[in-house]
Amino acid sequence: MHPAFSVLTFTVMSGAGYGLAALLILGHLLGINSLQDSSVLLTSGILALVLITLGLLCSMGHLANPKNAWRAFNRFKTSWLSREGVFAVLFYPFFLIYLIGIWTQGAEINGFFSILGLLAALIAIVTLFCTSMIYASLKTIRQWNSSLTPLNYIVLGLMSGSVVLAAIQASLSGSASSILYQLATALLVLGAIAKVIYLFWIGKPAGSTINTATGFTQASVRLLDQGHSSNGFLNNEFGYTVEANKIVCLRVLMLVVAFLIPFLLLLSGSSTLIVIAALLTVGGLLVERWLFFAEARHVVRLFHGDQRT
Amino acid sequence: MKLGLVIDLDTCVGCHGCATACKQWNTSGTIGPLADKDPYGREPVGSWLNRIRSYEVDDSPNSKTVHMPMSCMHCDDADCVTVCPTGASYKREEDGIVLVDQDKCMGCNLCSWACPYGARELDPDQGVMKKCTLCVDRIYDEKLPEAERQPACVLTCPTKSRVFGDFDDPESEVSKLVRERAGKALMPELGYNPVNTYLPPRNKPVQDQIDTASLKDTVKGWVNKIIAR
Repeated sequence: MHPAFSVLTFTVMSGAGYGLAALLILGHLLGINSLQDSSVLLTSGILALVLITLGLLCSMGHLANPKNAWRAFNRFKTSWLSREGVFAVLFYPFFLIYLIGIWTQGAEINGFFSILGLLAALIAIVTLFCTSMIYASLKTIRQWNSSLTPLNYIVLGLMSGSVVLAAIQASLSGSASSILYQLATALLVLGAIAKVIYLFWIGKPAGSTINTATGFTQASVRLLDQGHSSNGFLNNEFGYTVEANKIVCLRVLMLVVAFLIPFLLLLSGSSTLIVIAALLTVGGLLVERWLFFAEARHVVRLFHGDQRT
Repeated sequence: MKLGLVIDLDTCVGCHGCATACKQWNTSGTIGPLADKDPYGREPVGSWLNRIRSYEVDDSPNSKTVHMPMSCMHCDDADCVTVCPTGASYKREEDGIVLVDQDKCMGCNLCSWACPYGARELDPDQGVMKKCTLCVDRIYDEKLPEAERQPACVLTCPTKSRVFGDFDDPESEVSKLVRERAGKALMPELGYNPVNTYLPPRNKPVQDQIDTASLKDTVKGWVNKIIAR
């Protein structure tokens, strides 16, 4: 699949934003000491809003006819993209009222604001799930059509959110909170495990072949002519191909930048290094998302001569 | 009613006539125009609703060239319709034709991702999704003579490799062809239940390969030819 930059930045930024919002609310309401500081809560909350809003604006960038984007809420019953849109918008009032509660009452908010906050955290995770299901529901792309896709999106969203949250807490209060550090470290390990399992899983040959695509299942089939002299929409959208050695290099780069270096920086415990760790995680996840698209092979490629997906 | 096409892979010669007739009719039809970018240039790109690909099937001496025209299969379980967030993509209750409402489409491409047959192409000019309409603006047009109330691709096919009809009627020509010629659906494992069906090529006897003459015979023949002159 062609990795559109707008979709990469959208999923990474809004993923980090929703992860940050969910963890911040849950941590605050569960009474984690370092999150009982309204300046930390407000700063992280506003950053989450900025990340989510920028991400959603980016997502508009890949629409070819954005003037009809408002119609995207219409098919909530069947379309994951529609569900994502609805939950993404629904998140705002809950989270904003929660933040207003913190702004007016400080960290000790009353039950009303707590319930709204809890709902905002829930909607944030549901939105992440809906985003991942847009990809996981496509039977045409076997690399995506798996429960590993939602797992990856939710874990990586929470992971990037936790590193950003730890970075904000550390730089605002000067001293690092051990529980946020442990959470971020644990999620980095979990994220790396989820990603490596995914990489092994997509490596297994499976799915449709040129034989099932053309109906000639008892003989070899080779493409003679795709019927047009220059690339069309299908070639540009689905024919994206990366050399195998470049994929390997990028996989290593992704694992090192998004998981390994931030993990080591977190172990150091210094509050400046953890800001670098947060930036590296988000940057590394951009590579991860690029690979998620570039390695996905749509079945239409079979009609253009690929022997298998 | 379940309208669709039967395509005979035995007789299709890959002339691209169906694709051209389709483009001609539909560019001025209900979903038109079908834009082309750089149409007379080096890299023309545009939206076509019908594509013809050619394959070599099996190995020599049994190998065979098969031309495979592909347009929307008007699937029974069309994921392109369910993934559409705006409601632009819909499947008609009465005859099963899958259509795109050009006024509602926001050009997110998700339906083309959900389609395994490459039936949907984004219009490079208007940014909305284009797909085969089964010439819905033609098959119901009572101003046309009855014989012409068929999709443009079917009418134009010089080898009559395309047949249009109702798959729900067991006595229709398409249903009979599917029964008699063991019609196949493409990629049935994905579970889209495509309506359009492909008739596999008939088995023909394997041709004996001509024995190449020995060197002696070749020289003899060549000498005889010269002497005869």
